[in-house]
Amino acid sequence: MWQALHEELAPLGLVVLTVAIDRSLDDPRPFVEAAGATHPSLVDTEHRVADLYNMVNVPTVVWIDEEGRIVRPQDVHYVSNEMSSITRFHNRKPLVALRSWVRGETPAYPGDVAADTKVPDDAHQEARAAFAVAWWLSQQGRTEAAERWFAHAGELAPHDFTIRRGSMPIRGIDPAGPAFFQMVGDWASKGNSYYLPRPDTATSADDYEVEPVEEMTMERLRQRIEQDGKGGDTSTVQE
Amino acid sequence: MTTWTVIDEQRVHTVTTTGDTLVVDPALLGWDRKPEGLCRDEVCIPVPAGTPAGGLDAALLARLVGRPLVIDSDEQVAAFAAPAAERATALRSGMAPDFELPDVHGVLHRLSDFRGKKVVLYAYASW
Repeated sequence: MWQALHEELAPLGLVVLTVAIDRSLDDPRPFVEAAGATHPSLVDTEHRVADLYNMVNVPTVVWIDEEGRIVRPQDVHYVSNEMSSITRFHNRKPLVALRSWVRGETPAYPGDVAADTKVPDDAHQEARAAFAVAWWLSQQGRTEAAERWFAHAGELAPHDFTIRRGSMPIRGIDPAGPAFFQMVGDWASKGNSYYLPRPDTATSADDYEVEPVEEMTMERLRQRIEQDGKGGDTSTVQE
Repeated sequence: MTTWTVIDEQRVHTVTTTGDTLVVDPALLGWDRKPEGLCRDEVCIPVPAGTPAGGLDAALLARLVGRPLVIDSDEQVAAFAAPAAERATALRSGMAPDFELPDVHGVLHRLSDFRGKKVVLYAYASW
């Protein structure tokens, strides 16, 4: 999807810059190659962008203008509408808004970007330090020590799924397997939502009229992943 | 002599110490130790009286300069995170934080390379 947008909007001055928050340059390469991506396809093995932008999950989009200003609070942006009934994300509205902003027809965001931007607390930053220690230990092969710090990082920042889910492949846990569904279930049972779009982006009835989507539930998604034997949740993959 | 790995945000350093505890040269984190304390730009933070000259105990240094710190003494690794207040100030300034990362071919790119154009920054993962 981003390659198509790159081809469509680069002539109008838009740069599509993708960043894979992954373990190595090899992790995202199959997706980048399958998409035939000609835009810069970066890899962030140290969670640098997640730290700088206070990202707590993927897929996340940030719009930046010619002067380097963030012009819209970061938001969820799935490339597929397949999971809309779970994710509450449908790409119709965001893509209309993106094209309109690129053409200079409408402002990127009607509200106060700074006021609507979430910032981390010190416990969250400590979690990022714990993650850094865990990831370094893991790369040294000190798996048990790494595991303690991954777990601690997740406890310090239970809302940060770049840590909790992003660490799963490093720890030998299937990020789309039972542990993932258990984690989301626990999170939801405490009254939390799992990575919903901003209110102005979230799906509304007219999205479904324009492009109907299959009703999906977490249980059906879990069953489908089991049946397909898929290791990854394709809804979070960009290209 | 003990060799520690000290991570400052995402930068990895090696620090050698003589004792059991981690002692860090404040310069590693961008602070100069002067008679008036730890100084950076126009700011100086007093160091408690009686603190030995030179490097500082990592926990004391972290507390003085407001850096979240985790230490694993068994594994001899520590990490200082950016202060939450620093991240908050940066994000609320409205400017997109700059960064440099490799692409899938290993070629480095900076966000600021694209100044003058609109950018859609899209973070995703294979997980």
